[in-house]
Amino acid sequence: MDNQPRLTLHIPEPPARPGDHPDFGGMKLPKAGETMRPDVDAAEPTMRDMPFGMIRVLDDGHRAVGPWDPHLDVDVLHRGLRAMMLTRAFDDRLFRAHRQGKTSFYMKSTGEEAIAVAQSLMLGARDMCFPTYRVVGWLMARNYPLLDLVNQIFSNAGDPLRGRQLPILYSARDYGFYSISGNLGSRFGHAVGWAMASAYKGDDRIALAYVGEGTTAEGGFHEAITFASVYRAPVILCVTNNQWAISSFSGIAGANETTFAAKALAYGIPGLRVDGNDFLAVWAATQWAAQRARLNLGATLIELFTYRAAGHSTADDPAKYRPADEARQWPLGDPIDRLRDHLIALGEWDEERHAALQSALDEEVRAAVRAGEAIGTLGKSKPDLASMFEDVFKDPDWRVLEQRREMGV
Amino acid sequence: MPVMNMVQALNNALDEKLGADPDVLIFGEDVGYFGGVFRVTDGLQAKHGLTRCFDTPIAEGGIIATAIGMGAYGLRPVVEIQFADYILPAFDQLVSEAARLRYRSNGEFWAPLTVRTPYGGGIFGGQTHSQSPEAIFTHVVGLKTVVPSNPYDAKGLLIAAIEDDDPVIILEPKRIYNGPFDGHHDRPLKTWAGHPMAEVPEGLYRVPLGKAAVVREGRDVTVLAYGTMVHVALAGIEEAGVDAELLDLRSLVPLDIDAIVASVRKTGRCVVLHEASRFGGFGGELLALVQERCFDHLKAPIDRVAGWDTPYPHAFEWDYFPGPARLMAALRRVMEY
Repeated sequence: MDNQPRLTLHIPEPPARPGDHPDFGGMKLPKAGETMRPDVDAAEPTMRDMPFGMIRVLDDGHRAVGPWDPHLDVDVLHRGLRAMMLTRAFDDRLFRAHRQGKTSFYMKSTGEEAIAVAQSLMLGARDMCFPTYRVVGWLMARNYPLLDLVNQIFSNAGDPLRGRQLPILYSARDYGFYSISGNLGSRFGHAVGWAMASAYKGDDRIALAYVGEGTTAEGGFHEAITFASVYRAPVILCVTNNQWAISSFSGIAGANETTFAAKALAYGIPGLRVDGNDFLAVWAATQWAAQRARLNLGATLIELFTYRAAGHSTADDPAKYRPADEARQWPLGDPIDRLRDHLIALGEWDEERHAALQSALDEEVRAAVRAGEAIGTLGKSKPDLASMFEDVFKDPDWRVLEQRREMGV
Repeated sequence: MPVMNMVQALNNALDEKLGADPDVLIFGEDVGYFGGVFRVTDGLQAKHGLTRCFDTPIAEGGIIATAIGMGAYGLRPVVEIQFADYILPAFDQLVSEAARLRYRSNGEFWAPLTVRTPYGGGIFGGQTHSQSPEAIFTHVVGLKTVVPSNPYDAKGLLIAAIEDDDPVIILEPKRIYNGPFDGHHDRPLKTWAGHPMAEVPEGLYRVPLGKAAVVREGRDVTVLAYGTMVHVALAGIEEAGVDAELLDLRSLVPLDIDAIVASVRKTGRCVVLHEASRFGGFGGELLALVQERCFDHLKAPIDRVAGWDTPYPHAFEWDYFPGPARLMAALRRVMEY
């Protein structure tokens, strides 16, 4: 003991706190086009350096470069841009609606729009997404009715979930969007089970699931990957590393020790690390993983490296725990700006059309919110009270029937 | 008609459902090649194939989560949790996900899974292999909980559970899995399980969820029991010499409230018997329901006999759970009130 150092307890801290200059100096970012692209049917042991690279397609000159360039049609790029812009316009409007007391809660996906939108457009209509609360872009990309989203957020008489869920915990089966619950990571395993069921039935549908980087500490995350690996489930398991879990930086989830994509190594499945603010890179990585899944080669873990530019939710102020301008300093830029600049570089877009589209989308959102407000904001209008007692079971038991009568509905 | 014990009857139910419905599949720890530590899935993999009955990693939360996802896809998964005591790592999946999926998605998704799990004491299993956790399930809105007490019901309830569109937990009383159990601390060695082996029909039949069985008709007092305790109750009633009516609840959720109320209104007295510890147990709910609905008919306070409020003790196992002597004392109390 005498010659030994005393033990010390290590608590990770982020490089910058409020008042400091944002510091991304420790971040190693491969250049666009630099990270290799294994063949889709390559064996997992040949790609064990992938979790430490980063799949990037768009370079600093807004050009698509390297082996991961998915060579997308301009039409797809336009659809992606539109859905991302719509997501942001919607977020901004509904965040304000919360500040005006029209709903109880809201969470923005600002800065992460490329992820849900690219993956939604890339996957098929019959595939199933097991979402988190920050991927409304999935629905935007599939033209889910904005009014239904507004009604859900207002818990009004038009709420498709009849007032049973917190705002933005949507369910949209027909759009390949599984029901969201507030317990983090609890649906990761559902995606694996759903994918296993598809394989069991000889179907061709695959599943995609999201967790945040903080949730990789949950047991459900590891159990789901174990099952996905063991049974070679046709599932794409995504970790959205947006650097912040409410006020806890990603180092608290283990990011200082390794990458989240590297969690795949212990399970013997491919782990890809992707520039999550690069629409083309997200598309390409998802396409690669989807092809593997459809070829019965099993699951892929994808770390989508991004930055949560807004607060966690309407209930926190990010300026209390990180530098106020950190989002603007994020080295991988803004996903919408980058896709816009790429389209402009291709000669397929310009500032004027961009501004016009922005105005049109703002008006579309305003119209949906006005329509939702006409039905009623939170507390001003409610779904039929009797519906509170429905769907507890497929057929109600006597407790539910009696209590409904007791309430007089 | 074949005569089977409960393990054989459960195995037969699974065999029949695997044969009849390609959307049914079975998985859990050691259930595949080996056929389960209690042998309930014996031979099913060999007969129906690897993908119909297979082993899982040791991850109860993962087992239930996977089953929920499969159910959401459209299958009818039947999973085994090796001991009910091991279900706690899966509790969040049962409570926050399986039980609420239909409700929170407004009926877009649901989880028609069946969770089979051996429960209860009497086999020297110690704290982590002996508990009776039914109350923690019955309190969860959206879960169904059933407990068979004989081979016929075990098969019929399991088939009904698999065909049910809601999540159902079957607590299988392992003390009477293989036939009669013998002896008790407060009695000489004796066979109590009245029907350890029973005639079990071939083919698919259902014991509906939510229907109690009148095991014994009587006029003086109603005894409410389920699982192993049905047999303890029979012994206690016979030895006490009272004209008791014994209801085997079979299904705790949904509960056959009409049968309970009809019986207690007839007898005017009620004793509840369960193996789980008393405080906060399911017996408390039964007492409250009887009090709410039968107060004007009661000739004596409702009584309950249950396990003690201690962790399940290995050496004192047979002192822990109720036997006929404790039920007899309760029956005398309510009769002499």
